[in-house]
Amino acid sequence: MLSLNELWFVLVAVLFIGFFFLEGFDFGIGMSTKFLAKNDTEKRVLINSIGPFWDANEVWLLTAGGAMFAAFPNWYATMFSGYYTPLVVLLLALIGRGVAFEFRGKVGHEKWKKIWDIAIFIGSIVPPFLLGVVFSGLLKGLPIDGEMEMKAGLFDMVNLYTLVGGITVVVLCLVHGLLFAALRTTGSLRERARKLAHKLLIPLAALFVLFAVMTYFQTDIFKVRGLILGIMAVIGVICFLLAGRFIQVKRDGWAFGMTGGLIALAISGVFVGLFPRVMVSSISEAFSLTIHNAASGSYSLKVMSIVALTLLPFVLGYQIWSYFVFHKRVHEKEHLEY
Amino acid sequence: MMDPLILARLQFAATTIFHYFFVPLSIGLVVLIAIMETLYVVKGKEEYKKMTKFWGKLFLINFAVGVVTGIIQEFQFGMNWSDYSRFVGDVFGAPLAIEALFAFFMESTFIGLWIFGWDRLSKKVHLLCIWLVALGTTMSAFWILAANSFMQRPVGFTVNNGRAEMNDFFALITNGQLLVEFPHTIFAAFATGAFMITGISAYKMLRKQDVEFFKKSFIIAVIMGLVSSLGTALAGHSQAQYLVETQPMKMAASEGLWGESGDPAPWTVYAHIDTEDQSNSFEIKIPYLLSFLSYSKFNGEIKGMLELQKEYEQTYGPGDYIPPVKTTFWSFRIMVAAGSLMILLTLYGCYLAWRKKLDRPNTWFYRAMLWSISLPFIANTAGWIMTEIGRQPWTVFGLMQTKDSISPSVTSGQILFSLISFSTIYTALGIVMVFLFLKVIKKGPNAVDVDHDDHGSDPYAKEGYHAIS
Repeated sequence: MLSLNELWFVLVAVLFIGFFFLEGFDFGIGMSTKFLAKNDTEKRVLINSIGPFWDANEVWLLTAGGAMFAAFPNWYATMFSGYYTPLVVLLLALIGRGVAFEFRGKVGHEKWKKIWDIAIFIGSIVPPFLLGVVFSGLLKGLPIDGEMEMKAGLFDMVNLYTLVGGITVVVLCLVHGLLFAALRTTGSLRERARKLAHKLLIPLAALFVLFAVMTYFQTDIFKVRGLILGIMAVIGVICFLLAGRFIQVKRDGWAFGMTGGLIALAISGVFVGLFPRVMVSSISEAFSLTIHNAASGSYSLKVMSIVALTLLPFVLGYQIWSYFVFHKRVHEKEHLEY
Repeated sequence: MMDPLILARLQFAATTIFHYFFVPLSIGLVVLIAIMETLYVVKGKEEYKKMTKFWGKLFLINFAVGVVTGIIQEFQFGMNWSDYSRFVGDVFGAPLAIEALFAFFMESTFIGLWIFGWDRLSKKVHLLCIWLVALGTTMSAFWILAANSFMQRPVGFTVNNGRAEMNDFFALITNGQLLVEFPHTIFAAFATGAFMITGISAYKMLRKQDVEFFKKSFIIAVIMGLVSSLGTALAGHSQAQYLVETQPMKMAASEGLWGESGDPAPWTVYAHIDTEDQSNSFEIKIPYLLSFLSYSKFNGEIKGMLELQKEYEQTYGPGDYIPPVKTTFWSFRIMVAAGSLMILLTLYGCYLAWRKKLDRPNTWFYRAMLWSISLPFIANTAGWIMTEIGRQPWTVFGLMQTKDSISPSVTSGQILFSLISFSTIYTALGIVMVFLFLKVIKKGPNAVDVDHDDHGSDPYAKEGYHAIS
């Protein structure tokens, strides 16, 4: 049986996997508006393809943050205060992006649209990059002292390893988003999305391999959990090959499923590698935050477990229903809301 | 370099006040829009659909800003107030997590279904979606106020391992403070939405544009405005009485009461407060009123700040336990004044509607209603300032002080950076939002949507635009 602390570690992982799987494709769509769309209508088709979903997708991040706060207050406190400046930038990017979807279509002026196009692009590329940097930093280790205070300088947070992590997440989201576009659009836009996704598969594979090799040398996670991570890597390779194959035979849905699988594997890889730690201290192993020293008391965890396990099925239910309602492709001739 | 504590408090105040312009407006508007769509579904008249869509446009613009400014709120506890988060996360984190899980997911999913679902969902399911958004926003208020109520009156916890640990979840969500704070806040939010609609409708009736449409909108909203303004006042009355028991220092500060009130206690309308001398040099008082406000009867004494200070020193050790008196005193009075005006105005508006006199010129009244859009915003802001400033020096009353709550690892340079960047982007958002609101209002409910026109390069050249500008 899972202990409550383990259950909450899994739940936080699930929330982040959900976030990257869902918001991952709308980050990808946001990035692709810059170079995939040939005109304003195509841009709007792309934005409308995520129109009904992006807000709810972003809530997965808020819920993950809330779950960290409630279940592992020390994790939440150390990580959010330690990563102060990157989080400020992340918030600014998310703010600009969120209002841009709503505001862009409200005025017909070219300059107006251009401003919000920039906000959408920056707001879609910066967050996955920063989150990639943050998550690889958790693995690599950060200067966390015996008081659980993280006093990280710029190069503790941003270094070659975390940069590669950030870029990998960006490209992964982009491919995932392009396949979502292939799934929800028609005609030449759909073709171009699929083609570009195919082209990006090799660079993505290279980034993954590079990141894995660097992880081997920079972190202890393969030594600790080599077997299970090895198995996950093999599944990852299979997902990869299948994604390529499915794109070739134009089975966009299946290909999208495979990049989704890659995201799930990548994020769960981080959590498997961390377990039972939640943040690795580079000063001393004894200072690492774990699911025990960072956690709330058992009463609080029990209450939260009951609440979360009761509510999650409903949340999943209505979110899946919303994807079912909007399962049709977005046509440029129909009424476009955004 | 400036003190990080001051900067962090400034940032919290600025971001929260700004965020809270949009939140109550969203909560209020969505309920009114849900009522309008219900009328559409029940009566089947197209004009109600038009109403739903027109006010819906304003709601969506506002909702977007409310959502994005809310993300900062959740992050900044950990970023700026990590010692606070460590100390209370066990208790305080739970309502925040539940808010996200229960309310945010609900409102964000069903708002997507509502915006994009007009042609894809049946009328009734579409209506259900907006009601679920309304439920989500209201639930969101409940959970965040549960967290705030813990800060005003901590319950359901024990101090263990050097931090507050939850031991009674039920006590947390039936906190007496929550039971008075939630209705007060939610009614005020309904009033905020109502005043936006009555104000804009009054303006349009003054300009003789779409008079029938705006008359109907006005009637729906003015009834809502009266009911919720009265509800706010009644709930506020019980909140004040609760305050006397649980946070007497805040009560005394909001009265500018240094010594004993005397029995029966008079209510101070105006006071010239001298915080250094700890006395008031000039006061205007209404006899009996403070006793009535505090105990619903015409006698009873209220303790003054000086006596409470002595009591608190005995309980909590040496220190200054008197909050900024002038701010607490005046924010309370501003809130009450704005709230009272809201009741009077909506009362008169309802009278006009009842006697079918809305078609008359009513020039001064409609002008007043236009300017009164600001009243609920003033009252909401003043109310929160009174609540949060009046609680100082505590973050969690009697348990943790503000100076001990801040992140030790964050520098003042970092906070200055975030303070400046958030303020800048918020200012820009505020300007854009007002601009878009004015644009939608100017176009009115009958304008064709010409913004998205891919064939013409200049949408301003279109007739639809000129017809209304």
